[in-house]
Amino acid sequence: MSRGGRLRDALVLAALAAYAVPFVWQLLTSLKPEAELLRVPPLLPARLTLDHYRVVLEQSLIPRALLNSLGVAGLTTLSALLLGLPAAYALARLPVPGRSALLLGIVASTAFPQIATVSPLYLMMRALGLRDTWTALVLAHTSFALPLVIWLLAGFVREIPPALEESAAVDGASRGQALRFILLPLLAPGVASAGLLAFLFSWNEFLFAYTFTATGASRTVPVALALFPGVFEVPWGDIAAASMLASLPPVLIVVGLQRYLVRGLLAGAVKD
Amino acid sequence: MTRRERADRRRGLLLMAPTLATLAVLTVYPGAWVLWLSLQYRVPAFGVDRFAGASHYAFLAGDPRFWSAARTTALFTVASVGLELVLGVAVALALVGQRRGRRLAFSLLLLAWAMPAVVTARLFEWLYHPAAGLLNVLLGGLDLNWLGDPALALPAVVLADVWRTLPFVAVLAYARLLGIPTELYEAAQVDGAGRLATFTRVTLPLLRGVLLIAVLFRTLDALRAFDLMFVLTGGGPAGTTETLTVYAYRGLFQMLQLGFGSAVGVVVFALVMLVAWAYLRLLRAGEAAA
Repeated sequence: MSRGGRLRDALVLAALAAYAVPFVWQLLTSLKPEAELLRVPPLLPARLTLDHYRVVLEQSLIPRALLNSLGVAGLTTLSALLLGLPAAYALARLPVPGRSALLLGIVASTAFPQIATVSPLYLMMRALGLRDTWTALVLAHTSFALPLVIWLLAGFVREIPPALEESAAVDGASRGQALRFILLPLLAPGVASAGLLAFLFSWNEFLFAYTFTATGASRTVPVALALFPGVFEVPWGDIAAASMLASLPPVLIVVGLQRYLVRGLLAGAVKD
Repeated sequence: MTRRERADRRRGLLLMAPTLATLAVLTVYPGAWVLWLSLQYRVPAFGVDRFAGASHYAFLAGDPRFWSAARTTALFTVASVGLELVLGVAVALALVGQRRGRRLAFSLLLLAWAMPAVVTARLFEWLYHPAAGLLNVLLGGLDLNWLGDPALALPAVVLADVWRTLPFVAVLAYARLLGIPTELYEAAQVDGAGRLATFTRVTLPLLRGVLLIAVLFRTLDALRAFDLMFVLTGGGPAGTTETLTVYAYRGLFQMLQLGFGSAVGVVVFALVMLVAWAYLRLLRAGEAAA
């Protein structure tokens, strides 16, 4: 390797390390003893402790919020996929009347600002007695996740040659069988990508969750983290630990399912 | 139309029906309702509920707080998207030639992008802490109050946003760069093009399409941004980071003026649609000219 190449490599790695600082610093903070938090330098703690995690897990709303978030994001993903898969198939393969207008509407609704629909949705949830329930959040989140999922899946269906389903039909398979045994297995990675993005959207969503929830019954992780209580002073170590816990599913997805995540990210942007 | 075609159309509509019903109830109906709300005086706390006509909009036209929020939104959007674009492309170029740590780099970038914005806000709030914040320590023991100083707060919010979203631009640009055949670069070299010329004449034109899309997506997101400033600064200090979305939220749920807050929300809505429409027109005009 040339010297210039090695130098360049090292520079890029240094820039990368700098980029990681906000995250690493928070991780370090979450493991620092309380007494050392406000005493920097030194940057590195004398010893590491799990005290903050213990406080967060035993005395805060975070464990309950993690459960709420998992439930809401899981159900949102499920309903967006169940509704979105047939719709995406129809838009990609069947002569639906007004198809281009429908597609345009679906793309436009992915650009909808939440701040514009939050007041009517709030009144709607209140009228239906759904305030502070998972249902309110699943409904509100689905209204945003569904167009995204349809947009992605319609693109993925179009990538699969229709000839495959047709030849199955020639071989005597019914349309339903062709879909189940030919199309669906080929579409599985696309479904995973779309599902992951829907899940992340719901996991991260703040405005609706902040507005429609009132107690631990439905508060999600971003809300619990934003409202993390401090009595006399800000509990920086506990907040850091809570932040780490809130990032856990995104971390697992990025590490374990990166391929699907990147595919979804690219497909959402590049296709038109 | 053959019988089969008719059957397919029917089947298509049937498959679409649940989605159309859901979106009609959860998107279209609220979209129309918010327009109606914005024409009402609606203060549930005092039982006020009457028609206001366009008076909220008339009030906004002369409302200094509204114009300040509009200016902040514009500044935030231009600064964030501009920086994300430049830095995102730089990161993509660096990664393409990188041998070591590429997978780690990718994971890190995706993580920053995939985390809740509220977590980002908490991360940066701690970095910006006046006494114990890492930023001041690294700057040699300064005691700048990043989030409390009206001159620094907006740049501080922009920095956090850039950290969070430059990965989006970087990943898109990186994927496009991988698709450029190396022969193109070799040809440029043979023609005696230097590094800069290769970048401006070969790389940049090929990136153009994907960057235009990235700018559109990021601009729409920046106009709608809420979580980051709401948690990081709450719109303060002295309103210097109050964007239109934060103003709308305060109108709706803190002043409890549903009609007035909805009017500000409608303005954000109109702004987003206007930008998207203008952008697509420009894009099409550009394509027609090319």
